[in-house]
Amino acid sequence: MIEAKHISKWFDGQQILFDVSATFEDGKTNLIIGQSGSGKTVFMKCLIGLLTPEEGEILYDGRKFRDLDTEQRRQLRSEIGMLFQGSALFDNETVLGNVMFPLKMLSNMSQAEQLERAHFCIKRVGLERADDKFPSEISGGMQKRVAIARAIALNPKYLFCDEPNSGLDPKTSIMIDELLSDITHEYGMTTIINTHDMNSVLGIGEHIVFINKGHCDWQGNDKTIFKSKSQSLNDFVFASKLFQEVKLFLEREYQAEE
Amino acid sequence: MITNSIKSVGRYCMFMAQVFRAPDKWKEFLKSLIKEINKLGVDSIPLVIIISLFIGAVICIQMTINIVSPLIPTYATGLATREIMLLEFSSTMMCLILAGKVGSNVASEIGTMRVTEQIDAMEIMGLNSANFIVLPKIIGFVLFIPVLCIISMFMGLIGGALVAEFTDMITMDHYVYGIQSFFTEWYVWYGIIKTLFFAFIITSVSAYFGYYVKGGALEVGQASTRAVVSSSILILLADVILTKLLLQ
Repeated sequence: MIEAKHISKWFDGQQILFDVSATFEDGKTNLIIGQSGSGKTVFMKCLIGLLTPEEGEILYDGRKFRDLDTEQRRQLRSEIGMLFQGSALFDNETVLGNVMFPLKMLSNMSQAEQLERAHFCIKRVGLERADDKFPSEISGGMQKRVAIARAIALNPKYLFCDEPNSGLDPKTSIMIDELLSDITHEYGMTTIINTHDMNSVLGIGEHIVFINKGHCDWQGNDKTIFKSKSQSLNDFVFASKLFQEVKLFLEREYQAEE
Repeated sequence: MITNSIKSVGRYCMFMAQVFRAPDKWKEFLKSLIKEINKLGVDSIPLVIIISLFIGAVICIQMTINIVSPLIPTYATGLATREIMLLEFSSTMMCLILAGKVGSNVASEIGTMRVTEQIDAMEIMGLNSANFIVLPKIIGFVLFIPVLCIISMFMGLIGGALVAEFTDMITMDHYVYGIQSFFTEWYVWYGIIKTLFFAFIITSVSAYFGYYVKGGALEVGQASTRAVVSSSILILLADVILTKLLLQ
């Protein structure tokens, strides 16, 4: 379980996060949602430790991130897998090389064990035939899948994903969402996904944190999100034509129920 | 501006402290080292050969044309060509040229890794990214630069010999006698020692500019330009200091 307590963050005197608190549970796909520029990525980078918040605490299963020494942080980071928005694959490595990278650098496995594990992860994301391809030779969706394979190579306890669906078509987005959800339940990981894609919210949002202008305005799940009274959340959720139609439909449903 | 400069020097020193640590995995470090020697060093050989050959020839021609006096022996052309190549061209001028090639390569490669979050990915894994990426580049280039320096010295002298062979400006006998006269072995070592410092400046300064780049492709380009300009200025500054220390 990851807990964020009263996180505040400033950049050049400008406050980006305001006293944000949230809890992310084990074995669930936790979503951080919000508009572009709302502070989602900054919040996620604070959670991972790429940014240091000026105020507040991050706890990984009770371990205070701020109090960890270099070696303990190194140990904790080996328990974290991360999927970046742009995949962040190493250009000069093949698909197999990318997935093997954390195994080579951070595990004590033999070469044969590393290969076996890498092939297993590549197979798990359905890219068996792309082993020897370079990132520039595969599609955006495939790059995301390679990044997922690399992120899970060391069997992490915590998986962070920064906008995994950005730049993908709806069908591939759903496939990536399902893959992340399946992996989370299969390995009992604590998965945290940054997104503004409502399909992801409805498809895999077991726990949802809504960030608005640096504030945590709402927390809930995919079942309660449509019943929220938060104006900022409703403005976000029902921004598109499609979801305005959904809202009208749901209102008619509720009236009929009453 | 002064405050910014002091800040930059401080950040550069902290960056170097991060770079010069024992590698996480020696096997991977050695693999990267060989790759970098090949990329930064071996791939620079053709450029060094071409430039040194032509500059050696041009120096020889210039000397022949400009040193016209009954008091100066003709073999002085060979001697002057050798001294210029050994003392300045094969070390300082060659490193200024390599600052353009190698410096921009290092800064843009690391800068691109930064803006595409590849460096963040390494940090998340718990790796010392500065050490993993930069140390093989610095060590590799510093190890290989004496080879480039010696090739440059040799090819410069060959350039002069080609002028003697294919023109009637100076005879080959006079040229060969000139390059053998009053030879001071220390000048070869002086050139090599200087290039070691220059290689360190080129790779470390360029890596620094690439590592701390923020933004996108435009900023990577700007960082690359700043890396080349800063490396060149620092090379010239170091040249003055090293010349004073080594030749006094």
